[in-house]
Amino acid sequence: MTHIGVVVFPGSNCEYDALNAVTALGGEADFIWHSETSIKGYDGVILPGGFAHGDYLRPGALARFSPVMDAVASFAKEGGAVLGICNGFQVLTEAGLLPGALQKNRGLTFICQPTTLIVESTKSVLTSAATKGQELIIPINHFSGAYTCDDETLRSLEENDQIALRYKENPNGSKADIAGVSNVAGNVVGLMPHPERAMSTLLGSADGRVLFEGFLRVPAHAR
Amino acid sequence: MNFPVIVTVTLREGIADPEGATIERALPALGFTGVTHVRAGKAFRMNVDAPDEGSALEKATALAERLLSNPVIENASVRIGLSGTGGSE
Repeated sequence: MTHIGVVVFPGSNCEYDALNAVTALGGEADFIWHSETSIKGYDGVILPGGFAHGDYLRPGALARFSPVMDAVASFAKEGGAVLGICNGFQVLTEAGLLPGALQKNRGLTFICQPTTLIVESTKSVLTSAATKGQELIIPINHFSGAYTCDDETLRSLEENDQIALRYKENPNGSKADIAGVSNVAGNVVGLMPHPERAMSTLLGSADGRVLFEGFLRVPAHAR
Repeated sequence: MNFPVIVTVTLREGIADPEGATIERALPALGFTGVTHVRAGKAFRMNVDAPDEGSALEKATALAERLLSNPVIENASVRIGLSGTGGSE
């Protein structure tokens, strides 16, 4: 059974949704408190949404210095699967584990709504079970979600097939409609939308399932 | 010695600044015309223990780059003195 660790920072608030998304698909999951210095024994790690350390300074700026982040960086370097959702994505960019940065939404509004995503690449651990071009309805819920990077970084993202997901209609001013990116190897991936909130048609959409199904295949995929 | 230091963090040129743009658009309605290139940012004030001014600046620059700013999108400028003239308040 795939064993996933969900990192909990002070101020995280989507950790239970992430944990339930994993267990709903037959995976095993438990929490890792941010002060842990080891994450041995996990097949994959999720950095959930929320407001780690109050989002003070910048979202993710303080969380990247939490003790657990050194362990996450080593885990990622060894090829372990790491998924950052929303605030978790911001933490991964601040930590330099993913390229680019997230800044305030164009229009300066907090946006909470379903969005349509297009799967751009199936290279990442998150999109490995989806098909290129597939449209997924997944909600967003953020204030600082506009993906940004310099043009050179954008070119390298495109050349290396690192753009995992794009918005069909750009809600927040993200550069090149980017909703999620991976590292070059594909084992570290982050996205602003919340697939863990799209696990049941009863709650609006079950399109997050295909993403978690991919992520739960990680032992075969990346380790 | 103890040096007062101000760190100013602003978005890099070329990075969209919706906050600065919104402020700029609001100004004419208040009668402030001819104000352009408004950029929003953050300022941090601190006291730094160091043997001399150069070391204080070096220390503040290091922490500004490591923590106070995200070099992917922001620039940090560091100067001595709460009023920018080297004096204290």
